[in-house]
Amino acid sequence: MSPADALSQPALWPLSAIVFLPAIVAAVLALPIIPRAREELIRWITLATTAVVFLLSLWMAWPAVFGAQGPAQFTIGEAGMQLVVSKPWIPAFSIEYLLGVDGISMPLVVLTTFLSLLACAASWPITKHVKAYHVLFLLLETGMLGVFVSLDFFLFYVFWEVMLLPMYFLIGIWGGPRREYAAIKFFLYTLLGSVLMLLAILMLYFTSDLRMLSPEQLEAAHVVSPALEAAARADAVAAIKTAAEPIHTFNLLALAELGQLPNSPFAAAQVWGVSLEVLAFLLLLIGFVIKVPVVPVHTWLPDAHVEAPTPISMILAGVLLKLGGYGIIRICYPVCPGGGLTLAWLVCGLGVVSMVYGAFAALAQTDFKRMVAYSSVSHMGYVMLGLGVWSAVAGNEFRWDAWGQGVNGAMFQMLAHGFSSAGMFFMVGVLYDRVHHRNLNEFGGIFNRMPVYAALAVAIFFAGLGLPGLCGFIGEVLVTLSAWNYSRTLAAISAFTVILTAGYILWAIQRVYLGAEYKGPHGEALTPITRRELAIATPLVFLAILFGVAPQLLFNYVTPSVNRQVETLAEWTREVRPDFPASPAIETVEAGVTRALAGE
Amino acid sequence: MDLGSLVSGTINDTLRVSLPLFRVELVIAVSVVLVLLARMLPVLRWLDSGLVALGGACFASWYGWADLQTVQQAVPEAGGFSRELFGGLLVFDSLTVYVRLLLAAFLVLYIVFTKVSGIPDREDGADFYVLVLGATLGMCLMASANHLLMVFMAVEMASVPSYALAGFLKGRKAASEAALKYAVYGAGAAGIMLYGISLLAGVLGTCHLPSMAGELGRIVGEGKAGGEIMVLSLGGLMLAVGLAFKLSAVPFHFWCPDVFEGAAAEIGAFLSVASKAAAVALAVRLVFGLGTVPDGAAAGVVATGLADVRHFLVYVVGLMAVATCTLGNLAAYGQTNMKRLLAYSTVAHAGYLMMGVAAAGALAGVDAAGAQRAVAALAFYLGTYLFMNLAAFAIVAVLRNRLRSEEIASYAGLVRTNPGIVVATTIVLVSLIGLPPLAGFVAKFLIFSSLVKAIASTAESPLMLVILIVGGINTVISLFYYLRVLKVMTFDPLPEDRVAEPAGAFSLAGGLVAALAVPVVLFGILWSGLYGFAQLAGSFAS
Repeated sequence: MSPADALSQPALWPLSAIVFLPAIVAAVLALPIIPRAREELIRWITLATTAVVFLLSLWMAWPAVFGAQGPAQFTIGEAGMQLVVSKPWIPAFSIEYLLGVDGISMPLVVLTTFLSLLACAASWPITKHVKAYHVLFLLLETGMLGVFVSLDFFLFYVFWEVMLLPMYFLIGIWGGPRREYAAIKFFLYTLLGSVLMLLAILMLYFTSDLRMLSPEQLEAAHVVSPALEAAARADAVAAIKTAAEPIHTFNLLALAELGQLPNSPFAAAQVWGVSLEVLAFLLLLIGFVIKVPVVPVHTWLPDAHVEAPTPISMILAGVLLKLGGYGIIRICYPVCPGGGLTLAWLVCGLGVVSMVYGAFAALAQTDFKRMVAYSSVSHMGYVMLGLGVWSAVAGNEFRWDAWGQGVNGAMFQMLAHGFSSAGMFFMVGVLYDRVHHRNLNEFGGIFNRMPVYAALAVAIFFAGLGLPGLCGFIGEVLVTLSAWNYSRTLAAISAFTVILTAGYILWAIQRVYLGAEYKGPHGEALTPITRRELAIATPLVFLAILFGVAPQLLFNYVTPSVNRQVETLAEWTREVRPDFPASPAIETVEAGVTRALAGE
Repeated sequence: MDLGSLVSGTINDTLRVSLPLFRVELVIAVSVVLVLLARMLPVLRWLDSGLVALGGACFASWYGWADLQTVQQAVPEAGGFSRELFGGLLVFDSLTVYVRLLLAAFLVLYIVFTKVSGIPDREDGADFYVLVLGATLGMCLMASANHLLMVFMAVEMASVPSYALAGFLKGRKAASEAALKYAVYGAGAAGIMLYGISLLAGVLGTCHLPSMAGELGRIVGEGKAGGEIMVLSLGGLMLAVGLAFKLSAVPFHFWCPDVFEGAAAEIGAFLSVASKAAAVALAVRLVFGLGTVPDGAAAGVVATGLADVRHFLVYVVGLMAVATCTLGNLAAYGQTNMKRLLAYSTVAHAGYLMMGVAAAGALAGVDAAGAQRAVAALAFYLGTYLFMNLAAFAIVAVLRNRLRSEEIASYAGLVRTNPGIVVATTIVLVSLIGLPPLAGFVAKFLIFSSLVKAIASTAESPLMLVILIVGGINTVISLFYYLRVLKVMTFDPLPEDRVAEPAGAFSLAGGLVAALAVPVVLFGILWSGLYGFAQLAGSFAS
């Protein structure tokens, strides 16, 4: 790579370092340079790596903290794709090393690096095969970060799959008693989803044709780098426009532009009588909802979460579930908007079913960790509902200002759930490390024995409950409000679910933390929280409160990008479905969100 | 034309054109003679036959590489580089040079592998390497056959040494049984194939593939009396039987697990990689040879006739691919012996390869660029399959030398004593599943993409869609049995009687396994280079 590339693509090295530094350190650790017995050293090296990656991502995402804005740093409030890195990879298939972030992916990147840092710190009690554990952990981090920053579908898929194997071993070797079953189940479900995704990717690729895009669209999609000289850009555009054969692409931005054309090739193509955009939407959706997960493909989650060691549960709940939501928001809707419009009822329905089912299932659990796992199913249901109302057209009313609200709410819910669920799993882990059981009915009286821990834990659980003033509330209320415009029934059910959520969380708090005294096994091991544990729990609790009282901190990132996408799709809907009744002006998306925020 | 000019023309063609382009095969043939001489002449007794064979293989690879360069430089010109050798018996084109180089390079790696793993010992070396070199010679001919007689001779030349190899572990009952089974099946398949060839030749009046296609198209296109079509279909099916046997395609796969289990892992490696590469190349040759006319300028009756021929061929290959892949993967479940598991894995991978052949056949004559890409996908698959499967069998051989067992159960807890080998096994088996960022994923991706291409732009889309879905499902179900091996190696506890080996010691065997596993990762990430050569191989389908 020449210096000129570094100048025209300032994010090349920082963004690549965020993604690949963990993998490089993992490779070095895997070599027999550091002896296996130096466990403490391996732990510190891994912690330092995750810390460096976290600081790097923070430097990128929040320039204000680090002084003046640099060219490789994120501009808050800008809606479009930023810090784009583009390098040819496999020219024969026009596969590119194409990275970039926007307001949707940047917060998720920081969430990932942050939770990886905390999870690495939470890995200190791991004593079995320490070296292998940390190598796999770092590989996992590379996979997760790669998914969030890839803008090339092939690259996205590669990173998506890279996560599977480390996760399989992390659950299968360091997990609980039923770890083998849980590990293979996780692998199998996800692989099934990703094979379907691969089929959709190939179908979209071979249907795509870059020649249909205008020069402006080609530049916006970074097919032709906007950093080039005007003459070089014109040449590149001309080369595409005059090609004799269709030029296929894996570029996600270009696929989205193609999918939103009035004469979209995906809408025109038919497979077995179904238009490709509906079929591809469905295939991709199945691949993503398995990860989210929604009922009925959620059954891998309770097993995987329960059997996984505490740090891996934190990563699973905090980051891996978000990959599904991210995929839906980044790929499903923009690339196949027609499919989204047709199948809105499916997405919303799945969301509400998971919400209710997850909450009832959580109520029925006696295993503390399993209860938290089901609460994740329930909470991710809000994400699905929020994303689903995006494309919703209820009855004779076309209220797309509500879409923006729903998607913003879903995004916020994903981030908030990242903090609160990771925190809840960590809190369960702290107890499990001491008393080696998780039976809700054998706890009680923890408040007396571990007061500091119990206070932090209750705060995190309240955040999960969605108490106003804590981070869980904002997303839920935005989603519920937006769903009202789509279907009153669904909105009522999702509002009703909050009661169930309060039910299982309060009941769990009562059974675990309250009560006179601890009567379960290993009572003598209930020592106060250690400094390491405190250092992990405190930031999570702090952020849960901070984002609860100042959600703008996140909305400043999220809203511009989300609104832009919603507005584009609203225009698209207006073009392809002129029969829809008149709808509010576009400016009101912002207003709708502001109204909702002010109303809380 | 009088006799004199005919003779001088033939001599001229043979000496000036054919033999220089036949030098890879000549080098292998000379190596066979040298290995035998080294054993017979007391003066040369000191010479290790393995080294002679290795020298010959290196020399052949070098020539193979030079030929590849020649073809590569010629390709930009219209039509690519294609010559008929020996009066049309063989054809020298980009597919020939690619597969031949692949086989020669495989031979180099393979001989190194057998030297490291210790089978055969010095005593048996000469026999072993003569058989291996001879079979490889036959496989090179399979890849370049242009005439049905040559097809038959090449298949037999590759098979007969393989029968002997299967029984190479003398005194082992299982090996003898496997060899007998293999030979009986092989003889049956050869007889059927020869019968099929004679039927085709009888109706069409020629065995020269390019001439056959035109005649075939005319007869089918004119829709003559049903009898001829019937005979032709029967002949085609019988020809397919011989090929399916070499590919270990269902329902002609029964020999495969028994032979792999009975014979040494080294022989399994040879049969599963080299034999498969040659058989796939031959399948591509036959599908294109019978389904298209060389210059693609078929018109009128011939064109419609050839479309029907291709439809027939694609259905035969495609349905067989579906059955092979599914059965191979399902049967691999219950296996407790690692070599048997790999045998079924080989069957399943033959299924994936045949899916690619079916897609190439569907695209041929409809979408030339798509057909070239489909063949390129197959060529790439073969290139990566060489490393994956050779590495897998090398691991089996290395572990056999250490543990004295090839049962999966005996690998329990291996990660505690041999972490390096477990990492290599993980890479190889996960690549066989087809997960990124490993070479097996790219290969599968390319095959699937040619299927999608065939769905999008040919008349065979219903069948291609079925094949694609079956391929996807198979990928998922293959996960179980590959992962089970890894599970045993990593999750299960170490048997108590196993002593840990000194850590960090570098062994030759470990180095070999690593050297074979590294390309599996490399071609998964940086596959542009290999794909470039694969595209060259695909360009033969003009």
